[in-house]
Amino acid sequence: MRIITKFFENYGEMLVKAILTHLQYVFISVGLGFIIALILGIALSRLPKFSNIIITIIGIFQTVPGLVFIGILFIYLGMKPITVITALTIYAIFPILKNTYTGILDVDKSLIEAAKGCGMTKTQILFKVELPLAMNSIFSGLRMSTIYTVSWAVLTAMIGLGGLGEFVYRGIETNNQSLIIGGALPSAILAMTLGYIIDKIQNKVTPKGLKGSE
Amino acid sequence: MIIYENITKKYDDVIIIDNLNLTINDGEFVVLIGPSGCGKTTTLKMINRLIKYNEGNIYIDDKNIKDVNAVELRRKIGYVIQQIGLFPNMTIEENISVVPKLLKWSKEKQIKRVKELLELVDLPYEENAKKYPNELSGGQQQRIGVLRALAAEPPIILMDEPFGALDPITRDSLQDELKTLQQKLHKTIIFVTHDMEEAVKLADKIVFMSDGKVLQAASPEEMLNKPAHPMISKFMGKLSYSRSGNDLTCEDVMKKKIFTVPETKKTLECIELMKQKELDTVIVVDANGKYKGIVTIEYIREYGKPGEMISKITKTDQPSVLINTNAKDAIDKLIELKCDYLVVLNRNKTVAGILTRTSITKALASVVWGEED
Repeated sequence: MRIITKFFENYGEMLVKAILTHLQYVFISVGLGFIIALILGIALSRLPKFSNIIITIIGIFQTVPGLVFIGILFIYLGMKPITVITALTIYAIFPILKNTYTGILDVDKSLIEAAKGCGMTKTQILFKVELPLAMNSIFSGLRMSTIYTVSWAVLTAMIGLGGLGEFVYRGIETNNQSLIIGGALPSAILAMTLGYIIDKIQNKVTPKGLKGSE
Repeated sequence: MIIYENITKKYDDVIIIDNLNLTINDGEFVVLIGPSGCGKTTTLKMINRLIKYNEGNIYIDDKNIKDVNAVELRRKIGYVIQQIGLFPNMTIEENISVVPKLLKWSKEKQIKRVKELLELVDLPYEENAKKYPNELSGGQQQRIGVLRALAAEPPIILMDEPFGALDPITRDSLQDELKTLQQKLHKTIIFVTHDMEEAVKLADKIVFMSDGKVLQAASPEEMLNKPAHPMISKFMGKLSYSRSGNDLTCEDVMKKKIFTVPETKKTLECIELMKQKELDTVIVVDANGKYKGIVTIEYIREYGKPGEMISKITKTDQPSVLINTNAKDAIDKLIELKCDYLVVLNRNKTVAGILTRTSITKALASVVWGEED
């Protein structure tokens, strides 16, 4: 118990600041990633021919370790928040993109035909039928992205841009265990909390008629 | 009036619709029927331009549908599909008013229309409007599917095997409802099915298609009486058979699952078998499966000796009939002879089944009330 109070005495302010920085990175990257992924996902679902190639290419990006990626971007973009945000955004895109694309493609073809037969335009079909029905899948992607991004954002400290990773790095450098835990535990809690919030939002935006059947 | 004029449709080099000419009058209930791949669904979906055609023209009320915007065209034509296709993210009310909403009807008018329509099929508005499709049974869902097609009061409704996925009882009542609706509303309905019974029940005109061509377009009565092609007779065949008991043969009314024993079985073995299967009579056959006679449990008790083959005590005078005997004659024989059953034999004297009062009742019931299975 004393260790904990002492930790907060020493690092409390720094911790709050780190959490806020961390959250900032997560929100901006996931937010940007979400918008890009949604647009790309919808575009891909219109052109299923190219989707395989594009999803494969993005998948390859995904396999590049975050560390390497941030390192490379660091060389070109320098020690700026933009470096971190670019890297995190690209990582955030993939799960959302994939889920948007498959979510739209998984919509029952007979519903699309019914919508067409009713005289809906392509845009109306997208917004009235495809997106609402893909919402569940899209939000699962968003949840995944957010949780990943929280943990990847730890790497930002690597290039000295703060966040909870700073605790971890400092802890490793100075062989201070409580610092490592002090960085790791909040990020885990952060990931879980954000995941929970997204679950709640997902529950809100999922069309009522789809809930009973799952 | 809908006019198909020299319509041809090809996928690559395969001709799906071959120079189709067809006229559908206002208020007519037309059923397109034919074997799978005959082009009936393609013909239907050309009207609302879900499927393009390569040559020819389709006119609705003298307007070439090519000159009409496809989206606007579809809003003026009701469309019902086999998979029902209600949008699961929308309530029943929202589903029904999809097209009115696209046509920008006022909210009040939409609600009024939904109430009106739900009343039409005896689904109270208050109880059903706010439900989601997955809360309704399949039959109710398809009722809503039909209402959705009717909502914007289109003069033409297209129905692509709408009742194909429903159970027979629900299908039957929906067919009745549709027929009543049609008589009330005087819509032009084009309906695709592969079920001749359904076609005969609903249609003013049946259009029989095969290989992308119309083989016959006629009223159900005319088609039943004067089928223009052997294939049509074949389609009708089952129907005319189920309509008259006169054509039934023993094969139609016999019990097919029967138990036979070879004549070389020993008496004790035979008794064991009969106990196991809870039978009091078995049919005895020779090594080639040819009918020999019957053995009853009483017979074995009275005359049987342990270790003896049952061929010795087989009763050979049990009356039998040939499988193609007219069912009525066979039933007469059964009553006349006052026996419990007749053995039905194939031409080669092997046993085909037995005719019992139960099997006859079952078979006749299926003629009167339709197949149970």
